[in-house]
Amino acid sequence: MANETHDLQQQEVQKQEVEMQGAERTREQVAFIPRVDIYETNDAMMMVANMPGVDENNVEITLEKGVLTIKGYVPPTQFEGYSLVYAEYREGDYERSFTLSNDINQEAIEATMKDGVLRLRLPKISPTTRKIAVKSA
Amino acid sequence: MLERAYRSFFNPVDEALLWRGFMNRLLSDWLGAVENRPAPTYPAMNVWMNEDGAIVTAELPGIAPEDLDIAVVGDTLTVSGERKPEALQEGETYHRRERGYGKFSRAFQLPFEVEADQVSATFKNGVLHITLPRAEADKPRKIAVKTA
Repeated sequence: MANETHDLQQQEVQKQEVEMQGAERTREQVAFIPRVDIYETNDAMMMVANMPGVDENNVEITLEKGVLTIKGYVPPTQFEGYSLVYAEYREGDYERSFTLSNDINQEAIEATMKDGVLRLRLPKISPTTRKIAVKSA
Repeated sequence: MLERAYRSFFNPVDEALLWRGFMNRLLSDWLGAVENRPAPTYPAMNVWMNEDGAIVTAELPGIAPEDLDIAVVGDTLTVSGERKPEALQEGETYHRRERGYGKFSRAFQLPFEVEADQVSATFKNGVLHITLPRAEADKPRKIAVKTA
């Protein structure tokens, strides 16, 4: 248990900011790279991304030329009559891209959002066995 | 410099005290300004305040509300819980594993006594908001000055 706690702390306390590559973001808010787990099942690739503060209406998933991009927008927190006196984490949007291999059925990708976690199911294309007829010469 | 090195060689306590003073000053400088700094432990917390109390927020994505435990004693808030790992079936393999799993517990001391009965918490989209009203007895009193 102690070890697990250590892992959680080590890994999650720091948020990594997205580095600017060429084009700038239109939103002033900083963007972070969400922490992601990817695992493979028999028939799909599963992607799980931590995006706290993002609900199902503020998430954007795009697929272009085999590149999957996930974006999450976080409305800034404000409490009427309160002021922020101590901050250990920063709020910001989330942004990350992945190159998908060709054997993903890009039409059938499913996404769900729960408790600030985005889950994507990327189904594999069912293996089509092609029989090659051998002709006699 | 040389003199200091010489002195510390003979009296390490002096040097330790010097460092402690320096670190304290550094800390008080930090506490004066709101800016981001590495959190000492999980989860990272932000604190909003006014004269009637505080709101503590923490990002806890993927933690089920029923796995969260919030306790308040005096001026100390304790948040503990657990993020359960993905239940992988046999034959399923990880390509990437960046999210942390396991139990955590964090105690956070507030600068005032909390009215424990009136503490409320909401958990939405993986973000926890805890509203901690300041105890009536702990609020500053205005003292009227009477003319003699």
